[in-house]
Amino acid sequence: MGYDKPSRRFILKASAAAGGGLLLGLHLPSLARAGAETDAAGEFMPNAFVRIDTRGGITLISPHAEVGQGIYTSSAMLIGEELEVGLNQIQIEAAPPDLKKYLDPLLGDQATGGSVSTRADWVRLREAAAVARTMLIAAAAKKWNVDPATCRAERGVIHDATGRTLGYGDVAADAAQLPVPASVKLKDPSQFKLIGTDAKRVDTPSKVNGSAIYGIDIMRPNMRFGTVAITPVKGGKLIGMDEAAARRVLGVRDVIRTDAGDAVAVIGDHMWAAKKGLEALNPKWDPGENGDVTLETIVAAMDKASQNKGVVAKNKGDAATAVKGAATQVSALYQSPFLSHSPMEPLNCTLHVQPDRAEIWLGTQVPVRAQKAVAAFTGLPQDKVTVYNQLMGGAFGRRLDIDSVEVAAAIAKHVPYPVKLVWTREEDLRHDYYRPYYYDHVAAGLDADGKVVGRTHRVTGSSIYARWAPGAFKNGLDIDAIECAAETPYEIPAEYVDYVRDEPRAMNTSWWRGVGPTHNLFVVESFIDELAYAAKQDPVEFRRGMLKNNPRALAVLNLAAEKSGWGSPLPRGTGRGVELQFAFGSYLCTVLEVSVGPSGEINLHRAVVAIDCGMTVNPDTVEAQIQGGLILGLSTAMYNEITLTGGAIDQSNFHDYRAMRINEAPKIEVYQIRNSESPGGIGETGTAAAAPALGNALFAATGQRLRHPPFARRLVSGT
Amino acid sequence: MKWLGLVFGIVGLAGLAAAAFFFLPAGLTPVTASAAQPTGTALIARGEYLAKAADCEACHTNPGGHPFAGGRAFNLPFGTVYAPNITPDHDHGIGAWSDAEFVRALHHGVDREGDDLYPVFPYASYALLSDDDALAIRAYLATVKPVAADVPDNDLKFPFNQRYLMRAWKLLFVPGHPYQPDSSKDATWNRGAYLVEALGHCGECHTPRNVMQGLDNSKKFAGAEQVGWLAYNLTSDADHGLGGWSDAQVAQYLSTGHAEGHGPASGPMAEAIGYSLRFLTQDDIHAMVAYLRSIPPQPDGPPAVGRTTSPVAEKNPLGARLFVEACAGCHLPSGHGRQSVWAGLEGSHTTGDPKGTNLLQVLTQGTEIKTSQGLMFMHSFASAYTDEELAALANYTCAQFGQRECHITAEQVRKARAKAPAKTAQAG
Amino acid sequence: MKVLSINGQLHQVDVPDDMPLLWVLRDVLGMTGTKFGCGIAQCGACTVHLAGEPVRSCLLPVGAIDGRPVTTIEAISQTANGRKIQEAWLDKEVVQCGYCQSGQIMSATALLNQNPHPTDADIDAAMSGNICRCGTYVRIRAAIHAAASA
Ligand code: FES
Ligand code: FES
Repeated sequence: MGYDKPSRRFILKASAAAGGGLLLGLHLPSLARAGAETDAAGEFMPNAFVRIDTRGGITLISPHAEVGQGIYTSSAMLIGEELEVGLNQIQIEAAPPDLKKYLDPLLGDQATGGSVSTRADWVRLREAAAVARTMLIAAAAKKWNVDPATCRAERGVIHDATGRTLGYGDVAADAAQLPVPASVKLKDPSQFKLIGTDAKRVDTPSKVNGSAIYGIDIMRPNMRFGTVAITPVKGGKLIGMDEAAARRVLGVRDVIRTDAGDAVAVIGDHMWAAKKGLEALNPKWDPGENGDVTLETIVAAMDKASQNKGVVAKNKGDAATAVKGAATQVSALYQSPFLSHSPMEPLNCTLHVQPDRAEIWLGTQVPVRAQKAVAAFTGLPQDKVTVYNQLMGGAFGRRLDIDSVEVAAAIAKHVPYPVKLVWTREEDLRHDYYRPYYYDHVAAGLDADGKVVGRTHRVTGSSIYARWAPGAFKNGLDIDAIECAAETPYEIPAEYVDYVRDEPRAMNTSWWRGVGPTHNLFVVESFIDELAYAAKQDPVEFRRGMLKNNPRALAVLNLAAEKSGWGSPLPRGTGRGVELQFAFGSYLCTVLEVSVGPSGEINLHRAVVAIDCGMTVNPDTVEAQIQGGLILGLSTAMYNEITLTGGAIDQSNFHDYRAMRINEAPKIEVYQIRNSESPGGIGETGTAAAAPALGNALFAATGQRLRHPPFARRLVSGT
Repeated sequence: MKWLGLVFGIVGLAGLAAAAFFFLPAGLTPVTASAAQPTGTALIARGEYLAKAADCEACHTNPGGHPFAGGRAFNLPFGTVYAPNITPDHDHGIGAWSDAEFVRALHHGVDREGDDLYPVFPYASYALLSDDDALAIRAYLATVKPVAADVPDNDLKFPFNQRYLMRAWKLLFVPGHPYQPDSSKDATWNRGAYLVEALGHCGECHTPRNVMQGLDNSKKFAGAEQVGWLAYNLTSDADHGLGGWSDAQVAQYLSTGHAEGHGPASGPMAEAIGYSLRFLTQDDIHAMVAYLRSIPPQPDGPPAVGRTTSPVAEKNPLGARLFVEACAGCHLPSGHGRQSVWAGLEGSHTTGDPKGTNLLQVLTQGTEIKTSQGLMFMHSFASAYTDEELAALANYTCAQFGQRECHITAEQVRKARAKAPAKTAQAG
Repeated sequence: MKVLSINGQLHQVDVPDDMPLLWVLRDVLGMTGTKFGCGIAQCGACTVHLAGEPVRSCLLPVGAIDGRPVTTIEAISQTANGRKIQEAWLDKEVVQCGYCQSGQIMSATALLNQNPHPTDADIDAAMSGNICRCGTYVRIRAAIHAAASA
């Protein structure tokens, strides 16, 4: 599959250059059409995002999927603001796959990820709602034949100067006949009623009483339940199984092997039958050519590759010479491990393949890709594949890939009934598309008074773009792999950053919460700390020195330092670490306070975060995302790494792939700087901040500089 | 000159005698069942029960493999021995064996070709089996699914690969006759003795071995270490053995794998219960209890649970923290066991052992037991937790549920880890 | 045929004894509020109440229930503490993806049942078996304290 579309990074650069102008200049396909869509029932659908029925029911068709980040709520707030209705008046529907209508202009795909959702929808959803409101008012004014200017809308009701009122439903059918205005004026932020408030999330009530339906909860008439075993080694093949034994298990109905022989499923009356059946099936695999791969062989190959010159990502001044000639030179090797996403909801997919059409129920961040995958594996035309996108029990990037849909389609096409395939946690964890292993060489030079005169940084690792969106992988440079390495908030006279692509054997790699910045911020912000130490300067002071012309970055740094009591004395064995970032269009600074116990156990005390993400739709959601993102990041930095033996993944479940528990979670304070800058992304910022903040805090607490997570494993105890 | 020849002569004769002892083919005495032996399906049912009581399947089945098809590896100090295929397959199993050959194997540790078998196959105990029982087991094994699969060749260092040496060992340690009832004891006791000594071969693990790897019966059932696991003291000693247990508790333990107030079985004992003991009739269980009760006390091995009552969380915050994170899901913070009696830790010998031998085995290798309610399992926690963490966790568990101050070190954890079988790539 | 008492109603189910309650609830009875997360009692997503005690339904064989009543997330609002907890969850806006929250709420409710005014340490002991990958822990703690003082 080729996705030759503008990638989100290119557009972000452009938009940054244009001060967000590009966002405003967004071409709205829906507005371009001559007449509004309307159906027999007289429903009013002026564009792809808003639908109003004749009873006044208002539906938002959300272009972005809900993975827990609260986008349904923020999108409803954007719509409600311009439509002059309350959140409780809006129904929300997941958008069907339709690139024409629901393409994310920043991702170049109908996708949810990269913390771009609010940035993508900030204008287009408000415009969509404003268009609807304008047309509804126009329709009412026409009925009353008064000047629309004398009418106003409030909570779904249109009032004229004389006090007459009409509900949206009353005029929906008429509005549908009116031409769609080419442009509309948006509210001035000073008049916002919803945007900027801590509105309650629209999806929470159903999630506290068990009624929310996730992909894994789908039930269909005559549906059966299956579970899969996929070749434990990438490229392996099924060479044996005891089908008779599997069929002897009570409740087992079918044993289905994919045509490619890379997976097999046992299907039965319930998951337990399928699970027991799969145990009895006891599939045997030929590992194929990857049977000899271990983490060590992968890292060795990466080390070798990292000796080569890479594709230049940034070249300012003569960094190499500057470093060589410097009074003090510092250099280091950083390594970032493979990571699994392991969202709480294991992979699953419900499919019903019929001769002339297919239906698929799942939670996906990429509905169009899911639709294409089913079409490809069933041979059905794409428009005969219906995708029903569901709530997701987390994703963290996992559901930006459709490998599980492909397996499901390859199996479901062999059975006439609807089948829900659920991955066990073990299958999910062992067949992830992992966060790449990165291997970073960094070096820098300091002059006599400790100023950074130059830095070099070589990133070596897999290119996700090359596989996921080849169109965005230009001239061998992966702009995700170097994000936050090439551009930093700091002013440094000479900088050289290059990228060496090295694809690991036996591993699939993909987006992981925080993407490029999660890896590069760990390297850059840890190394900046090393430089501060070499310069015998306080890490906050040292950073301030390089932020003269970066007021927004300086502001979050100062705020976090102040709120955290930076510099105030701490007991022995306790330390504070700072990290600063400009990523996803937001400025964020974290100060983390930790201590290390006698057995080398890490105790997380307190995190103070200062954030400037510009215009904020829902401050409470921003806080929640930072809290949660930070905890996922800290959990990962302390405990997680994926390793291989004989080409297969060693980890399998939460007993050997640890997740932080409530008793380890630190206090987290989030301070938001409010301003009218265009909105920045938020969903991944906290995760990206975690590793550098923790590494720097551990250094402060123990004097040990950790350059290779997970830290709990590598911290030498007794310090 | 004359008597020099005599010397040669004597030496020569001795040599011949030795040669004969070591190398003459083992004889084959015909066996016939007594009149009491049932026939037909009754015989097979009896054989199946006895095969369970003798725990044949556990050793002769490779994890994940076909029952009785062998292949399970036993890693001994002097090399690796693989359990043979005892399915009725003619070429790969024992289908071609005569009954006499089968009984000879159980009684004398000799295979069909007359080669001596290694005592990891507990013929030193099976020698006590009656001919009828041996033949009944044979009859049952003839009915299991034949599997045409070879097992790997044993891999033993010299001189242990010299099978004939076993003959000397047998002379010393293998009884020459089946179990002889003790007329001074009642039938229950004698039945129990037969179940424990012959079928159950309990001594093979629970009685320490001497320098020649024979059972040291001066310390009968005083407890011993086997493949890294401690087989506990079964004598009636109150502190170290079963003296502190009620008959009901011992019976419950044998037939279910856990006892109120004494915790669950783990490791090899869990296996013995899962494959064997839980299938025994209550009469047989009570007979075993009666016999075990008569074993003279021996004050060996780790004492049962201690009496520390001071709160331990303060002393060991890391252990306490890890326990509620990783363990309480099944065991509950209180150790009562959340929902499964097999997860109740209080009073278990394993938590009370200050050395934590089996505790570290369980933590680094996991354990599982087949029960009437399906498989109960605990995963290995070795890979995601550091040696320091596991040591803290073990010390907490020991203090909190074994009621004893323990000082298990990271170094001990590292050693226990090293013992764990190497991880192998496999489907999830 | 087995008879299970779930949320005050009797259900007849024809399933093997060793089948975990989780799959009976989800796949046989269609009660999908109780979630599957790990299947090895490590995550707590499948927590339900068995005779009032929080248990991991993924490892609870129906054969072991013998008549004891089961309460799931679908009916927890019918108990005073369950309702308190749910309201606190809404008020503190705890939920993100929500997938772990059925289990979190069942564990938290059981905690309040046993201990009306839990300390942070009590919360650690009772809640550390429930993983939240979205990292809602800070708010879970706040919500439990809020519910306790409600
Ligand atoms: S699913 Fe039961 S504890 Fe995770
Ligand atoms: S809210 Fe997503 S896992 Fe807890």
